[in-house]
Amino acid sequence: MGKRVLVTGLGTFWGSRLAQALEADPTVEVIVGLDRNAPSIPLERTEYVRSDESYSILSRIVKAARIDTIVHTFLVMDSTQMSSRQIHEINVIGTMNLFAAASAPGSTVRNVVVKSSTLVYGAHPKDPVWFSEESRRAAVPVQMVERSLLEVESYVRDFAVDNPQIAVAMLRFSNVLGPDITTPLAKALDLPLVPRMFGFDPRFQFVHEVDVVRAILFVLDREIQGTFNVAGDGLLPWSEVAAICGKRTIPLSPWGLGVFSAPIRRLGIELPPELIDLLRHGRGVDNRRLKQRGFHYDYTSSATVTDFVGSLRTRGLDGGNGSTYQYERDVEQFFRHSPAVTHPD
Amino acid sequence: MARSEKPTKTATKPGGAVKVPASAHGRTPSVALVPVPSKPEAPHHGDQRRSDVDEWGRSSKSRDWAHRIYGPLYRSWHRVEWDGLDKIPTSGGALLVSNHAGAIPADAPAIMHGIEEQLGRPVYGLADEMFKRLPVAGTLWARSGGVLAHPDNAYRLLREQQQLALVFPEGTKGTGKHYRDRYQLRRFGRGGFVQIAMRAGVPIVPIAVVGAEEAMPILWKSTPLAKMLGLPYAPITANMIAFAALGPLGALLPLPAKIKIRVLDPVTFDVEPDQPRYSRSLVMDESERIRQHIQDALFDMLRDRQSVWFG
Repeated sequence: MGKRVLVTGLGTFWGSRLAQALEADPTVEVIVGLDRNAPSIPLERTEYVRSDESYSILSRIVKAARIDTIVHTFLVMDSTQMSSRQIHEINVIGTMNLFAAASAPGSTVRNVVVKSSTLVYGAHPKDPVWFSEESRRAAVPVQMVERSLLEVESYVRDFAVDNPQIAVAMLRFSNVLGPDITTPLAKALDLPLVPRMFGFDPRFQFVHEVDVVRAILFVLDREIQGTFNVAGDGLLPWSEVAAICGKRTIPLSPWGLGVFSAPIRRLGIELPPELIDLLRHGRGVDNRRLKQRGFHYDYTSSATVTDFVGSLRTRGLDGGNGSTYQYERDVEQFFRHSPAVTHPD
Repeated sequence: MARSEKPTKTATKPGGAVKVPASAHGRTPSVALVPVPSKPEAPHHGDQRRSDVDEWGRSSKSRDWAHRIYGPLYRSWHRVEWDGLDKIPTSGGALLVSNHAGAIPADAPAIMHGIEEQLGRPVYGLADEMFKRLPVAGTLWARSGGVLAHPDNAYRLLREQQQLALVFPEGTKGTGKHYRDRYQLRRFGRGGFVQIAMRAGVPIVPIAVVGAEEAMPILWKSTPLAKMLGLPYAPITANMIAFAALGPLGALLPLPAKIKIRVLDPVTFDVEPDQPRYSRSLVMDESERIRQHIQDALFDMLRDRQSVWFG
């Protein structure tokens, strides 16, 4: 019997990427994707269900489709995208409802994978150079996104304790770069002058978007339990990152950034507070635990940046980053269910 | 960071590209004959670095610059003299433990410079988080081998990478003390350095330094001012008065005190490494023993010292 997978956040980059990858896996029988927005890439056999951000209809879907695997990719990591109210709603309330549905009596769920972030460690002068999965963060979380992710993680832990029959994996991803994904860091590196904090040159770690999808599939495939850092090997000083990108840097004042943030935003530079912390202190995470389970990274930190730069230079050429695909229910229904469409096997 | 010893197909020598035939699979021995630097595991995509900054933030190039700038100060200003440098291991990890003194302590750069010059192996200086908060100075400190004194950092340096790490268990209690308290060792923290050495299974090498106290003596300090500035202490030093003509720069220039460094016999512990915790009493006893050892050596060196400036 094949897997019956539910993917949250199908309309987001990660949800659709993952659904695409799962479609290629013959052992996956059913893929159901949830989101408010339609997926932005064509999908062959994934069923898209429109839902509100807090998944009130989730338990019905889990029951009706006999879902056995949930991949929770829909956690917002970028505070420039929406208001803190919305982030709380999506991250915390969404996760709460998801787990309520997964642990409802008679639930068929036996495997859950949550895509978290190394943002939960924060960035502080008291940090160790490498955070292990067990390290506690040095300072009380101040940033909204970090607080909401920590709350999410505590739900995940509670869920794992309450449901020992379900394999729960939590993956904490480091700074993601790649040809297709847009993050605040990628935007900062795409500016004509890359911002840096005056007098600071912290070390950064990166993980390639390909390795992110591979890590989730790896964990799903083996039904691995536990918390894992996912990040490429090696740490790079921010100045070197800018150098690989072939960019000059512009120093920002380490003091009073709050006052300047409005005019900076006017210039089109979005620097979320968690990125400012990172530009000051950086962050490294120990990636050995997942490697011990047999995972191999395709990209190191520096290879990730190198690959990102290559794509950055050609981005303008293929007509921008976004594809021209637009989800149309009728068209999708035609492709999936019409006997006229032949599926090459 | 796991490093694979296997040469990859894209492996290159620092001097120039190594020619690898397209069908290299069957001819790996010929590739292996070429000295290839071990590369991080990167099966598909080469790892190319632009700088030599390591995971700790240390850069050999920056360190060379620091040696060039600090060298004259080390040789001609402080005229640093070593006794028992051979007791510092030339390979394997060891935790160097020293006394700490002077508003801007002259002992740390002297010890690090001396060992790196003589033994040719890097020394990582474990320090307070204050360094990481300072712009510019914090970055320079990291590039020249400064690392935050965090148990995880120390363990990785000593146990996994078998490096030399230097630590001052007195911390700012040692550097912030008044000149009248010179050479009176403060409390050695809570014995964390002993616990780390035990866990890492490395010896502790105690080091006694004479001269740093007189290089920048604290004559007076203001606690409210220090609190206001967020510094561990805000002193008036003898240097500010002696080099008043130099202005603010004078506060940074040490007095030309003669620095003498004595390396004491390494201390090894008869315990299993990698234990989650060690007997508190054992840790405190060892910590106090090492402190006493350094204190005795200091008094011994001071008895022989004829002049602060000429040794």
